[in-house]
Order: sequence, then structure tokens, then C-alpha cells
Amino acid sequence: MLKMDAIQMQLIREIADLHDVPEGAYNFRANGESVGRNTTANIDIKSKIEGSGIDIRIKDGTKNESVHIPVVLSESGLKETVYNDFFIGENCDVLIVAGCGIDNCGQQDSEHDGIHRFYVGKNSKVRYVEKHYGSGDGNGKRILNPVTEVYMEEGSTMEMEMAQIKGVDSTERATVAELKKDAKLVVRERLMTHGSQTAISTYKVSLNEDGSSADVVSRSVARDTSYQKFDACIIGNAACSGHTECDSIIMDKGRILALPALEANSVDAALVHEAAIGKIAGEQLIKLMTLGLTESEAEEQIINGFLK
Amino acid sequence: MLELKNVSFDAQGDNGKVEIVRDISLTVPDNKFIVITGPNGGGKSTLAKLIAGIEKNTAGKIIFNGEDITEKNITERARLGIGFAFQQPVRFKGLTVLDLLRIAAGKPIKIDKACEYLSEVGLCAKDYINREVNASLSGGELKRIEIATVLARDVKLALFDEPEAGIDLWSFKNLIRIFENMQQSDKQRTIVVISHQERILNIADEIIVLAEGKVVKQGSKEEILPEIIGTKYAAGACYKLEGAEENA
Repeated sequence: MLKMDAIQMQLIREIADLHDVPEGAYNFRANGESVGRNTTANIDIKSKIEGSGIDIRIKDGTKNESVHIPVVLSESGLKETVYNDFFIGENCDVLIVAGCGIDNCGQQDSEHDGIHRFYVGKNSKVRYVEKHYGSGDGNGKRILNPVTEVYMEEGSTMEMEMAQIKGVDSTERATVAELKKDAKLVVRERLMTHGSQTAISTYKVSLNEDGSSADVVSRSVARDTSYQKFDACIIGNAACSGHTECDSIIMDKGRILALPALEANSVDAALVHEAAIGKIAGEQLIKLMTLGLTESEAEEQIINGFLK
Repeated sequence: MLELKNVSFDAQGDNGKVEIVRDISLTVPDNKFIVITGPNGGGKSTLAKLIAGIEKNTAGKIIFNGEDITEKNITERARLGIGFAFQQPVRFKGLTVLDLLRIAAGKPIKIDKACEYLSEVGLCAKDYINREVNASLSGGELKRIEIATVLARDVKLALFDEPEAGIDLWSFKNLIRIFENMQQSDKQRTIVVISHQERILNIADEIIVLAEGKVVKQGSKEEILPEIIGTKYAAGACYKLEGAEENA
């Protein structure tokens, strides 16, 4: 049974799309404490001895199983740093759903800094979904600073889907990945900032062995006076292929700094980067208005589609 | 019924005011297939945009089904039943063909309904319904999707700005078929197509010839078509070049 109140359940719904206890392994963390946990024959979850996070161990050959580890904060003034380590065996095919929701109605800042480390075993396939969400009308800020480290063994694949659409005042995200032979990393980041929010997202992906590949794509919208910085560097150290793309819509007085970077340390590294920032094209608005939408409805549709 | 009363449109050019549409008055009757033709730069696209509210006329009145819509914006005119298919359709990152058709229909239509519209424009629905309306679509595909968004809207007046532009020869045959189907359909709608193509002119109930911002001819196909085939009005750019030489 989960010991959570209505606000916490609402946050869980936003970040994990869960209406009830999920199937498979899970660990729910609310206001700094574990409030529910389930392990399976193949997936074990243990608290770290010093109590600052959990170790998730997935046995070799685990297929079609999932792990949910949502975190919610609903107490104003709470600051925590949590280390979650995922040890994924060989030949697995698993889904990992993480995410953090903060509801802050108080005056003090609430902050969750989650450090996730993934050790992906040979030929394993991992899909990782992470959503961040903030709510509450207090003056206290909602702060999330996630760090993600990914270490990928030969032939492994990791797809990361990361979204932060609403309500987080300040974010500084750092993602580091190191890939061995034939490993493949796909990142899809979606970000929307409004009000006076700031979001910084940094990627450093090292393609260390032949056949490794990475595709890092960020789509973002900056509204009002918010600020975003996207800093993605792909380093090719072998016969590898890497692509990074930052595609942004800027509105009102938003500001965006995009710094896609490539570093080739091997003559066989094939690396590409793309970046585009612009306002919504007037002709897109006009087209949707000729279909009967108002200008603001058209804007919403364009943004929703863009961030889908 | 659409009525234009002394409609003019001036644009600001490098050398001051340029008259694009000059004092046009015309009536477009209901449930007819009208083709507007004439040389490039004659004001055809601008006229269509004035009707849809994309450009605002600098003089005159536009009356649609008895209502003065001169001061109405694009959205209001769309909601009154005016549809517009762009000469160069817009791309949207993220929005799918289904999203666009649902926006057009103004309600969450079922997939099979959306597929009908795509089939009507000759696209195999299952290949396209979930495609993004982005740069991965060819010009011809985009053009047909553009037409499908107008079909999905159940409009009273559908404006098509050079639907054949950017369409290859094979697709052009299909395009003609789409318009023939639209014309024969029992839906009560007026279709106004801007076109230079004889085969589109051939299926018109009425032809309007526009040159230098003015209506120079208007009448039934039988009356107008023989007059303009092979003449300066059908010749487009060459006529203008010749004209320029004569004036030089």
C-alpha cells in the first residue's frame, strides 16, 4: 500500500502517468522517504546503506519488465540529493520510468537533485522515461537538478525520453554517456519554460569504440522571460556516428542559447550537429486560422505538436 | 453568394504605393465551379487572400452570404465557411496529418473519417495518417494534404490558390480528378480555383480573367475559354515580357 496524499498522487499521475500501483518493480519516494516498494524475481531494489538512495539490480536476460521510481515532494523547504544506481545485466529488455514532481505552496525553495547512474550490460536494451513537473502557488521555488550517467557495454541500446513541460522554476541537467562497441544511445528531450524559469541542459556523449552511435535531439519552447541553455557535445573517439540537434521555438521575451558541439578524435568519426531557433512562423499561424482557430489556439496547437 | 464591391488593395513597394487589386466588383454565385485565371502578377492570389482575410483590402466591401465581412479577421471568416488552400502549403514539425485534419474538421473525427479525406485526394491513408507534416513530405504530397484540409472543413466557399503548382504530371491527372469529384459531389459548395491550366479551365462553370488588378473578362466557360486559349491572357509570363519589350 502506498502512503500518499491527494497532492502526491496528483504529482505521480503527472510524472509517471500512473493511477495506481504499477505492475513490476517499483520504489515510490515522497518527501524524502520511501513510501512503497516492490521487487520481482528478476529486479531487486535495495536502499543504500548510508540511506541516500537506492540500488536497482536487474538480472541477466530479464525481458519485458519495468521499474518505476517516481519521486514527489510536497513539503516546502525540502532539499534532497538522491543517488540511484541501476545495474542492468546482459541481454535484458526493460523499461525504466523515473521522474520527479514538486508541489510547493510554501515560501521556501524545494529542491530534488537526483543522480542516476546506469550500467547497461552487453546487448541489453533499456528504455528510460523521465518526466519533471512542478505545481503549487507559493513563492518558494521548485528546483530540479538531475544528473544522469550512462555506461554502455558492447551492443547495448538505450533510449532516453526526457520531458519537462510545466512548473519547474530552475533546472540544471547534466547527462554524461560513455559507449562501447556497437552501443547505441538515443535521447529525445522536450522542454518548455515559462515565467522567469531557467533551464540548462548539458550533454557529454563519448563514442569510445567502433560502431557506437548517438542521436541527441532536443525540442524546446521558451516563453515569457524564461531562459534556456542547451549544450550538447558528442565526442567521437573511434569509427562511430553521432548526431545532435536542438530545435527551439522562442516566444515573448524568452531567451535561448544553443551550443551544439562536436569533437572528432578519430578520422572515422562521422559527426553532425544542427541547431535552429526561431519564433512560430506567421504562415503556420495563418494556415491554422484559415481552419477556424484563433491566433492563440493556433499557437497552442503548434507548440503541442512541436513538443509531442 | 460572395460579392466584392469596389475592392482595391495597395501595397507598399520600393517606389511607393503599388496597386495590386484595382476597384474590382464581382459576384460569385453559389454552388458553382469558378476558375480565376490571367497573367502572373495580375492580382489573382491577392484577390483570394483578400477574400479569406489574409490580406486586408484597402478599399471596398466584401459581402459573404449577405453579411459584410470586410472587417472580419481570418478566423471569423473561416468560421463563416470560407476555406483556403495555399499555393505553397506550410509545414509543421510535430503535427501529424491526422492532427491537421482534426483541426480542420473542428472536432475529434475518427481515423476512418480522416482516411476518407485522404483517399479523396488520392493518398493511401494508412501510409500518411500518422506522418508528420514536415519536410519529409514531398511538395505534391503536401499539396494534396492541403486540399484534404479544405475537404475536411465542410466549407461553403473553397478557395484554391494554384493547386497545380509544384505538382508533377502524373499527380496533375489525379488533381483534375479531385476537382471533378468535388464538382460532382452533392455537397453545396462554391469552389474558386486560381489556375493557368487548360484542363482545370475546362471543368469550370465560369471563368474570370484578371489582369493588372482588374477583371478583364468574366463569363461561362463556353464563352470565355475559346477567347483566351493561346492568347496573351493564357500565356502568362511571356506576355508580360513581350509587353515589356513593346513598351521599351
